[in-house]
Amino acid sequence: MNESNSPAASESVVQAHPEHDDHHDVSKHIKKYLMVGGLLMIFTIITVALSYFDFGSHKANIAVGMLVATFKAGLVAAIFMHLSAERHLVYQILIFTTFFVLVLFWLTYLAWYDPVVR
Amino acid sequence: MEIPYTTTARPDTGLWNAKIGIWLFLASEVMLFGGLFSAYIFLRLDAAPGHWPRGLLNVPVGTMNTAILIASSVTVVLAWAALKMRQFSKYKFYMGITILCGIVFLVVKLAYEWPIKFHHFGAKITPAALEKYEPYLGNAHLREGGYEPRVEISGHLENPEALHDESIREYHIKLDAANAEPLNPDNDRPRFWPAPMSDKIAHVSKDDVQLASMYVPKHSTFFATYFTITGLHGLHVLGGVIVFIYLWLPVSARLYKRNPEQLANRVEVAGLFWHFVDLVWIFVFPLFYLL
Repeated sequence: MNESNSPAASESVVQAHPEHDDHHDVSKHIKKYLMVGGLLMIFTIITVALSYFDFGSHKANIAVGMLVATFKAGLVAAIFMHLSAERHLVYQILIFTTFFVLVLFWLTYLAWYDPVVR
Repeated sequence: MEIPYTTTARPDTGLWNAKIGIWLFLASEVMLFGGLFSAYIFLRLDAAPGHWPRGLLNVPVGTMNTAILIASSVTVVLAWAALKMRQFSKYKFYMGITILCGIVFLVVKLAYEWPIKFHHFGAKITPAALEKYEPYLGNAHLREGGYEPRVEISGHLENPEALHDESIREYHIKLDAANAEPLNPDNDRPRFWPAPMSDKIAHVSKDDVQLASMYVPKHSTFFATYFTITGLHGLHVLGGVIVFIYLWLPVSARLYKRNPEQLANRVEVAGLFWHFVDLVWIFVFPLFYLL
């Protein structure tokens, strides 16, 4: 076992150079987080209200509902999950994920739109 | 042994390790929920007219739970920001609220939303007998309005022994509003405030019933997917709450004194998971409650 406080000492040297998020930077973001939270609440109410509005067909209502949900999800991902300013590697992981999840949905579509049976 | 790269970036990835770890984990989570959602889409597209029920879930309660989850997403990011600014007591406060929100969400789900379904009953009428039960179904009226037909008579089962006793040939159902007044245009589409149950009791012969069950997973593909997806989502909420409680306990104060940045990163990573859980709910809520 080494000296117990030596790792702590080396960490504090490291902390003198934080990688990106400067501590005073964070305080500027707080207003943004609160605003996004408020927006999400408002869009939740909009989602509920729109579902009782007749867009002509039920399919149209589903499309509108999913559009609003996608927008809300985008807000959560971009702001709360810091994706609007993230490192390259995280985007790479997400591109792969998007690709594979789209393939998954495409397989479902193929199974449903079975050209042999229909 | 010191855990490597808890606060500094690993040279080859440009990120501290846990950040990559959580994103890889979330990628696998996307596939997990993606599989279930594609099952949902498949089952819903293939549902026969009238066999994908709408308006069965309590929208005001669902809306409230959505708001609670959004609020907790805000507080967890504020908790992280407080740590970044080295305000430990603020961190404890916001984290405490986050934990409370998660627990309230679960309690609403497990103590109210689910049990109320388990005590509700529905009997699906065979196609041949639909005409016979027209006074409860109002399908001629629905056809006129271009709506999907009603194929189920639902409400409170007054003789629950009928579920298991083969000698009892009838279900006595205290009717839901839609079956009590099938011609009332208010019942054509789902409502925001659930309509109160009527006092009318219908007698439905077992010979005319295709499938009768409480509102449990076997009742329909709707409830099967509903309980599977909200159940898995609920497990995620529970997992998040457990991690947050750990990060709120005195161990976190000790870590804060030793290395506050490491605690901030732990909170960030747990927060990323929590936001993902919120993100899933953003889709679950409209798909099951509203559309």
